[in-house]
Amino acid sequence: MSTRLSSGGRLIDRARTVEYSFNGKRLRGFKGDTLASALLASDQMLVGRSFKYHRPRGIVASGAEEPNALVGLGTGARFEPNQRMTTTELFDGLSSASQNHWPSLEYDVGVLNNAVAKFLPAGFYYKTFIHPRAAWKHVFEPVIRQSAGLGRVPKERDADRYEYFYAHCDLLVVGGGIAGLQAALVAGAAGARVLVLEQTAHWGGRAPVDGVEIDGKPAEAWIKASVQALEKMSNVMLRRRTMASGVYDHGYVLADEKVADHTPGDGRPRHRLWRIRAGRIVTATGAIERPLAFAGNDIPGVMLASAVRDYVVNWAVSPGDRTVVVTNNDDAYRTALALKAAGLQVPAVVDARDRADGALPQAARAAGIRVLTGSAIAKAHGGKRLSGVAICAQGGEGNAVTEEIPCEAVAMSGGWSPVVHLYSHCGGKLSWDEAHAMFRPDAARPPTGADGTGFVFAAGAANGALYVQDVLGDATKATIAALQAAGVAEVETVVPAVKAEVEAPMIPIWVMPQGAGPDLRMKMWLDYQNDVKVSDVQLAAREGYESVEHTKRYTTLGMATDQGKLSNINGLAVLSNALNAPIPEVGTTTFRPPYTPVTIGALAGEARGEIFQPLRRTAIHDWHEAHGVEWEPVGHWRRPYCYKNGAEIASAAVNREVLAVRERVGLLDASTLGKILVKGPDAGRFLDMLYTNMMSNLKPGKCRYGLMCSENGFLMDDGVVARIDEETWLCHTTSGGADRIHGWMEDWLQCEWWDWKVYTANLTEQYTQIAVVGPKARAVLEKLGGIEVSGEEFKFMEWREGTLGGLPARIFRISFSGELSYEIATPAGHGRALWDALLKAGEEFGITPYGTEALHVMRAEKGFIMIGDESDGTVIPQDLNLNWAISKKKEDFLGKRGQERSYLADPGRWKLVGLETLDGTVLPDGAYAVADGFNANGQRNTQGRITSTYWSPTLRKGIAMALVHRGPERMGEVLEFPKPDGSSVKAKICDPVFYDKDGEKQNV
Amino acid sequence: MLILECPYCGVKAEESELAAGGEAHLKRFGAGSTDEDFEGYLFARKNPKGVHFERWRHAYGCGKWFLAARCTATLEVFGTYPAQTAEPPADLVAKIKQKRPEWEGYK
Ligand SMILES: [Zn+2]
Repeated sequence: MSTRLSSGGRLIDRARTVEYSFNGKRLRGFKGDTLASALLASDQMLVGRSFKYHRPRGIVASGAEEPNALVGLGTGARFEPNQRMTTTELFDGLSSASQNHWPSLEYDVGVLNNAVAKFLPAGFYYKTFIHPRAAWKHVFEPVIRQSAGLGRVPKERDADRYEYFYAHCDLLVVGGGIAGLQAALVAGAAGARVLVLEQTAHWGGRAPVDGVEIDGKPAEAWIKASVQALEKMSNVMLRRRTMASGVYDHGYVLADEKVADHTPGDGRPRHRLWRIRAGRIVTATGAIERPLAFAGNDIPGVMLASAVRDYVVNWAVSPGDRTVVVTNNDDAYRTALALKAAGLQVPAVVDARDRADGALPQAARAAGIRVLTGSAIAKAHGGKRLSGVAICAQGGEGNAVTEEIPCEAVAMSGGWSPVVHLYSHCGGKLSWDEAHAMFRPDAARPPTGADGTGFVFAAGAANGALYVQDVLGDATKATIAALQAAGVAEVETVVPAVKAEVEAPMIPIWVMPQGAGPDLRMKMWLDYQNDVKVSDVQLAAREGYESVEHTKRYTTLGMATDQGKLSNINGLAVLSNALNAPIPEVGTTTFRPPYTPVTIGALAGEARGEIFQPLRRTAIHDWHEAHGVEWEPVGHWRRPYCYKNGAEIASAAVNREVLAVRERVGLLDASTLGKILVKGPDAGRFLDMLYTNMMSNLKPGKCRYGLMCSENGFLMDDGVVARIDEETWLCHTTSGGADRIHGWMEDWLQCEWWDWKVYTANLTEQYTQIAVVGPKARAVLEKLGGIEVSGEEFKFMEWREGTLGGLPARIFRISFSGELSYEIATPAGHGRALWDALLKAGEEFGITPYGTEALHVMRAEKGFIMIGDESDGTVIPQDLNLNWAISKKKEDFLGKRGQERSYLADPGRWKLVGLETLDGTVLPDGAYAVADGFNANGQRNTQGRITSTYWSPTLRKGIAMALVHRGPERMGEVLEFPKPDGSSVKAKICDPVFYDKDGEKQNV
Repeated sequence: MLILECPYCGVKAEESELAAGGEAHLKRFGAGSTDEDFEGYLFARKNPKGVHFERWRHAYGCGKWFLAARCTATLEVFGTYPAQTAEPPADLVAKIKQKRPEWEGYK
């Protein structure tokens, strides 16, 4: 069993007990523990289940690379799934629960998958669930959904807050091990602005665990002195618990600082997302040890050799009384020696190499440890925990077992892989290092910045300097190169001497034993979390998956939350062996950010709830809010959809509002309408290019409706243009289109017709605009007084300026409802006063505020199109029978050439018509009219679709607008519209103008 | 996220304050143009791995459109310049040619 040793543990404080729980069980650890070290100290070898076969899983690693030990952490509003135990600092009250099992971790029904593993080979989703088609929906999908998924989704709103922090530095050092600290010392002394990020809570990385001496002292002393020196430098900033998650273009880096993960609810933001611009970056991110592929290497108790060493030295945790070390290199002997020094037994070091007579193996032998060279683990025994290993020759097939060794733990080492992620994110290339069988950053092909030179420099183990004696020198070299690239020429450096045992070369071992047959290969795990085995990768290769990217997706190798940190190189090597191609030729998969998962809350930062996005308010917003408004989002605006009287439902309110406008008078807040001023000697010429119709010949004092098209010819916006004076036009756009159309104007003026003398200004927010609409509209304005509004003096499609009830006003006599209508603009500061004045003046006429839905109903009753309903980016004005608004005189305008294309000029296009249902009901929005026959996909042919559909309270029936094949030529024909429930509605094609065809109501 | 210097206001603008506008130096073909010319203007776009000229707008800054020459593969920025020109400045072209002798020119 795994236990706490009676002494030692450099990171724990035995005087301070911490209480926590795992699966409801109350447990105790020490301050300084991780959840992983605390659970191991309590003999919790089984911590989870794998994703596919629900195999028992134990802790494998001691850091960010852990694939197995994932828990749901916290409860309620602080619950978060898939948290790595190995990076979770223990705190009082921590509550954790294992994942991927039902009903319990010990007794999991899903383990049945394991029994049928033979039938769940690589690519089983693709192979198994294709036929019969119907089975997918009714059988396979429900079953897979039941057993799939990693962890639970949090149900409650996150109780924590998150924030962003923007930082700039000359040099960003990622990693606070000895390489990172040396880089910071060199750069700090050179006067550069330095930011140093360390992912854990501790400086120094592996060196203290590995028994390294720096400058004649234990590494720990040098680390402490270095951190103290750096803290004194005003140009250096140090941050622990901060994970640099991604490197992006031109030195942009995202980092996630876990501010209060270990002190939840203390009032600080839980995470702080650092958005960093770094001149140059030194990645001192270290290396990750590789597992060895032997049968049963996934049984709880099989761990990385470095992790075993960490647990013993850092947290005084014994993985078991007897640990067998299995390795292809010298470094793992440090684990054997550390175990021995802690008073634990190491029955054997199983070394795949034929010779092991370097300093470390010799030291092991001197400590009384048996070294079995040329040997392999044929098979590990056990279920929920390891019971022993069978030893054989590495060169054989694994059938001739030489010895059975009972043990509680295996410490394995297949060599080390530099953490090249950050170097690779932005295009840095790797080269294959034969000596260490690893990919390392290729300094000749770095990611490049704006000046075309490299901006990421790998240092220490991350650069492939795996022998600790070389680390400080390598880090110094990398830092000097980074500083010189940043323009710092003079750099003084001190490289302290590093003393450690000299290591003999490793040999690559990808499968153990070398000639293992299918039975063993089926039990050799590459990806623990996703259950990908050596046999799966070999099968993929046999089935023709030659590209490593395809193999990854087919087998799901490296697609788990650890993103293949342990499995990548081993899987790649197995694939390249199966393909008989060298590893560098097969290549790696792409490294993509984030390095470790970043919680969504950190990425969202403060942008949640009310400040998720800015809210644009009109001057009358507060009045709407106080009067039963139902809001409709329009871009960043909120517009009243309708106003509800007490318990009134929305549809009843809309009907009431429509009838009030039609019978008396209504009031609409139209302030969100785009208002763009276009001014200058060439303004008329410019607008003639922008609109499909002529605007230059519009007389001052008059208004004209206009359409704008893209160069493709498709309708993109519409609105009323008023000519203010000889040089000035005011262009109204749709509410959602104001910014876009202003940008569109500027694009043409700046980039195409830059010699035209035109100035534009987006005045949308400068004015409140209120529509007074209905038979009594004139009476309301007359009552306020100031501008003559009689039908003789102020005609339809004209505008006047003056004062209205003492307030400055520009009144446009335009109508989107078919009623007598005035739109009154006033500077936004007067907006609310004008609204109040109109309400008061209109009181005796029964004036009724109305919202966007009543507006839409009334425009549809009149057959007016709405951008975004009748148009969708594939519709030209001609489709909407708007030929009258397209100039035939103008030589050119934006979209004219596009509309001349044969497909758009085809008379067989779908065109706008009205529709009346035979039974008076409302047609479903977006419904298609079916035609005879079927298309190539076996679907019914179609001949039209609904673009707008409403209940008309005025006409007391359902009305709709639709685009129908040759529609206007087919008046009176009846079309059939199927509904989702299988029934269908019949509707007759009619004129889209349903109400007041002759326009008598607006011309009074 | 790229950083491009706005040639109008001099701000070294981060990509999040810029709006991309696609290929630069397109020649507009309007009414009366041939199908071939119009197709080229509207649809045919270069997608080079290497030197490329692009339109950018300092959308959340001074609002001006400008043009940028950069390498799509290495992200090296050769220069930015005002949009009021039919072709890139001669000195910029010379600079790119010097750095990339194999470059075929902007056309
Ligand atoms: Zn600017």
